[in-house]
Amino acid sequence: MNPELLIWLIPLPPLLAFGVITLFTNRSNAASSWVGVGSAFISWVLGLLVFIQAIGIDHFGEHPFGSSVEWLPLGSGAFSIGVLVDPLTAVMLFFVTTTVLMIFIYSVGYHNYGQPKGDHDQKGLPPHGATVEHGDHSHTVPSVEPMYARFFAFIGLFAFGMFTLVVSDNLLTLFVGWEIMGLCSYLLIGFWYAKPSARDAAKKAFMTTRVGDVFMLLGIAYLYTETGTLNFRNILYNQEVLDTLAANPAIGGFWGLSAAGLIGLLLFIGTVGKSAQFPLHVWLPDAMEGPTPVSAMIHAATMVSAGVYMVVRMFPILALDEKTLGTMAVIGAFTALMAATIAVAQNDVKRVLAYSTISQLGFMVAALGIGAYIAAAFHLVTHAFFKALLFLGSGSVIHGMEHGVLHTGNHKVDPQDMFNMGGLRKKMPITFWTFLIGGFALSGFPLVTAGFWSKDEILADAWGHHHYVVFWVLAIAALLTAFYTGRQLMLTFGGEARTEEAKHAHESVPSMTWPLMILSFFAITAGWVGIPEKIPVIGGLLPNWFHDFVGGTLLKHPEALSSFDPIPLITSVIVALGGLSLGWLVYRNIKAGDEDPLKKPLGEIYGYIQNKWYWDEIYNGIFVHLANLLSEPFTYRFLDRTVIDGSLHWIAQRAFGLGGWFRDKIDGPIVNGFGDFVGSFTNRFGHVMRYVQTGRVQQYMIWAALVAFGGLFYFLAFVSTP
Amino acid sequence: MNEIPYLSLILFVPLLAAIIIALLPSENKQTVRWVAFIASLIPLALTVWVWLNFDAAVPKDGFKFVEQATWYEAINSTYHLGIDGLSLTMVLLTTLLTPVAILASFSVEKNVNAYMALFLMLETGMLGVFLSLDLMLFFVFWEIGLVPMYFLINRWGSEKGERELWGGIKVKARAYASFKFMIYTMAGSLGLLLAIQLIGVAAGTYDLPRLFEIWPTLTEFTNINTTVAVSTWKTVAFWAFAIAFAIKVPVWPFHTWLPDAHTEAPTAGSMILAGVLLKLGGYGFLRLVLPLYPEQANAAAGVLVFLAVAAIIFGAFAAYGQRDFKRLVAYSSVNHMGFVMLGIAAAARAIGTESATIALNGAVLQMFNHGITAAAMFFLVGVIYERTHTRNLDEMGGLFPLIPVYGGILIFTSMASLGLPGLNGFVSEFLVVRGAWDIFTSATIWSMLGLLFTGAYILKGIAKTLHGPLNKNWVGHLTEINARELAVITPLMVLMLWLGLWPGWLLNVINNAMVALFG
Repeated sequence: MNPELLIWLIPLPPLLAFGVITLFTNRSNAASSWVGVGSAFISWVLGLLVFIQAIGIDHFGEHPFGSSVEWLPLGSGAFSIGVLVDPLTAVMLFFVTTTVLMIFIYSVGYHNYGQPKGDHDQKGLPPHGATVEHGDHSHTVPSVEPMYARFFAFIGLFAFGMFTLVVSDNLLTLFVGWEIMGLCSYLLIGFWYAKPSARDAAKKAFMTTRVGDVFMLLGIAYLYTETGTLNFRNILYNQEVLDTLAANPAIGGFWGLSAAGLIGLLLFIGTVGKSAQFPLHVWLPDAMEGPTPVSAMIHAATMVSAGVYMVVRMFPILALDEKTLGTMAVIGAFTALMAATIAVAQNDVKRVLAYSTISQLGFMVAALGIGAYIAAAFHLVTHAFFKALLFLGSGSVIHGMEHGVLHTGNHKVDPQDMFNMGGLRKKMPITFWTFLIGGFALSGFPLVTAGFWSKDEILADAWGHHHYVVFWVLAIAALLTAFYTGRQLMLTFGGEARTEEAKHAHESVPSMTWPLMILSFFAITAGWVGIPEKIPVIGGLLPNWFHDFVGGTLLKHPEALSSFDPIPLITSVIVALGGLSLGWLVYRNIKAGDEDPLKKPLGEIYGYIQNKWYWDEIYNGIFVHLANLLSEPFTYRFLDRTVIDGSLHWIAQRAFGLGGWFRDKIDGPIVNGFGDFVGSFTNRFGHVMRYVQTGRVQQYMIWAALVAFGGLFYFLAFVSTP
Repeated sequence: MNEIPYLSLILFVPLLAAIIIALLPSENKQTVRWVAFIASLIPLALTVWVWLNFDAAVPKDGFKFVEQATWYEAINSTYHLGIDGLSLTMVLLTTLLTPVAILASFSVEKNVNAYMALFLMLETGMLGVFLSLDLMLFFVFWEIGLVPMYFLINRWGSEKGERELWGGIKVKARAYASFKFMIYTMAGSLGLLLAIQLIGVAAGTYDLPRLFEIWPTLTEFTNINTTVAVSTWKTVAFWAFAIAFAIKVPVWPFHTWLPDAHTEAPTAGSMILAGVLLKLGGYGFLRLVLPLYPEQANAAAGVLVFLAVAAIIFGAFAAYGQRDFKRLVAYSSVNHMGFVMLGIAAAARAIGTESATIALNGAVLQMFNHGITAAAMFFLVGVIYERTHTRNLDEMGGLFPLIPVYGGILIFTSMASLGLPGLNGFVSEFLVVRGAWDIFTSATIWSMLGLLFTGAYILKGIAKTLHGPLNKNWVGHLTEINARELAVITPLMVLMLWLGLWPGWLLNVINNAMVALFG
């Protein structure tokens, strides 16, 4: 089939699913699951078909798939929108459609499809369990999500946004998909909207990313102004346009940047918001308030990846200015390290992963900042697989723990706190093994896992291009990554159960475990397509397909490192194995009631990192406070009510006084003395005045207007004559 | 040219209907409502017919469906109607929103005949402004529109509330609001009228197509004996026009009548106020100020852009600072209309450039979009108010499970108002930002602060009504949106989505007009 047509069709099934579920099947859980999962499946098939066709074409980057239509008539021309699949998009399509499908399937089990309705479940709150009678005794089982259908509608819309973003051939429709995802993220983080924490987290996520979005919008407007188009191929695959962008100075001469530099910087701020980079990272950990499939989808596989995807896509522009790249390298590396330190001291199983995501995205941003285009794209792909796996695994763990909680009936036990877990490897073997694979991939366990190859490539590029500071910062971050992953694995699955609830946890349903197994396959193999040819022994056994294929996206095919240097490779191996072993050593034998063993040796630092460097407190103290102060007290009460309305009232009051004076001094004694005709006139006038007085306001308003305009006219016409 | 005077029909059918309704017996309210509703569909149908037969692609020859008749011979003023892409867009907005607003008013119980008659009269007033090609005629309709709205707020506005003036004097909130609306607009009209007289006398005609040719290049007043330089007169007249329209838009700092009037007006009154009346101001700038005073507008563009950005930022802040849901939505109009002014100011500075044309496209589209979304938002606030009799956000909360359909609609409409891509508001805001970027870069950057806070107040509205723990007081009292209300909101939602996904059908008409007028 014609690939162009297929591409147009990819985003549509989930959009239709959203419409169908919202309008028709919202009362039927079964129908909604089928519609939802079915739509994701169709998109997956379409995506796969396009992907297969794309990889079969030589030099695909030179003649990609694409088509467009005119959308906005503007001035003498028109703004066109369309679809494009080039090598980068093809790879994105593959992993996005796959992870999305897995997450859809997983959601069926996660929301307790087929379970009875809860005893006291309310819309807007997570399900609390249902009592089931079994002859003479009863027990509590998980209950189905009360807003089950709504969930599938929302994730359908979300998938539509992501697919739209991926297949767009221009920055504007990319932004459309970007923002639709932002909306869905808001709706899904606040899915259990009756919980104040979820409501606030949703607002925070939307507002924080919006800070980035408004800058991105400026970047888009700027790029459009400079080039007259937003089409990727016309800008990024066109040396002439790129040269002009590099040669022109930025508007207002900002920071000595070129136009390309400022455009790139503005767009990058969008990524800082969307991909939760410092200083806009604060929303992502709170976003864990949403259901776990949402965390997996939004905060691992798709939405946060979209931020990095956008800068990867715009790399040819970003690369035109050293300062822009440098900024990205600094922000990315700092974020990678900072988030990794915070992750070390988190006890919530999902929050560890949230900070780990921030950190890993920092790796990608830093990689782009040092010009490692391929490495960034590669890590984007492998991370999506293993992080989706980890999030879904953590959801499975939480589900298992909730089983235990329902069994004991002790709702005070937090099923997400890793210190309440322990020994789950025996209770939940599939979850354990898949989580182990995901964790090893995240740590960069040498040779077998995907994470190793992509992370190693970033480090190798940093070393090879002499960015030693970035290299060492990322190496330390990687060490911490392996350490907190070891900690998480040991606290969750290792040792013995620390609570009664953990003892009664049990394995999740197949609709949850199957996606885990499939994703763990990719968490290993996705790395094998990008093994550098210069690596000793195994290099060259498999072709470095990823580099060749994705490199074709750029006008100038990026060069692979010319020589092999053992230092980054050895560093990768040491930090991965060292970190994991350290985690294992420290956390292998935690007993119930034990403190975190790090607490004592780290002292005050522990509190500092556990409280996330106090960013939330700082932001609340400054920005939230300032916004509240500026809005009601300043703008509304002071500016509008006191100054502006006050001036109007002041004028009105003077006019009122003047009116009264006319009535008493002129109207009364003088005009009234003028005889019958005038008398009757005055009578009428007085009548009007009496009427006017009941309302009072209009009178002084009329006078105010007369006086003001008379004055203005007099001034403009006679005083200010040139 | 035309056998049938379509424009006159569109213009006077509502007035005729108003007279008939005033004469109908008042016992049977339902009949009165239906007569009003059906009567208001006639101009809509006629407008759609005109739209379909309107050839947008022919530029430069000015106005279509022109009608001209003798009216006020003594001063050379004629009854001259005509449309181009700009006025047609506004006429469509008016004839579309009026039936919707009348349907929304079916819950009005007090004095239905008078209410409906005033509403239809209002429509004639508004349409007259958009259709007139004669300055005097324009002014007459400009004033006619005021009167019905004054009474609608004053008589049918919200019952509660007082406003303190000075020295402890208190007046009813709706009386205060209606006077403020009336007097403020009149204050602007005064200067407008004087300036129109100046033009009429100096140029010897009130006919707009002729004035577009004569007035901007006029260097000598042959009819007026004056020692003051012509350029000074023109500057004075420019400011008289600009202030009159700025009050109507409203541009900061002339905006404080708006939150009062919008908040106190009955639901449908707020819909029309925000939906159409504010556009009279924007239309005034585009139809009269920019073509008649290109030089003066260019010189004043710096002031205008400052005020526009102030409206965007302070409008958003003030909206965010509200506890009254309706006032929050009212302030959102200040914020959104600021983008219209930003586009106009940018165009005033750089008329004829590509950026200016894009900014103008954005401004006109933003007027249409805001008309749709603001009307829908006010309607939704009205729906909840009719059931709870409170507009206080702090008294709501967690209502989503009680009214899931309403909740979905509120989120949808709020997102359109917020400018979510995929819905209508985004397209126009993007065009304005794009157009203004290279003309007024720093102003555009500042406007982003307002755009950010647009998000803040929209989310505040949603969070305070729908989200959070359920306020148990409303269980059993708050009922789901009913069929009539769905019939009101559905066409508006369809338009929001349609214009978000495929704005070409409307933008094509607008773009051709902008290129012809200012290209």
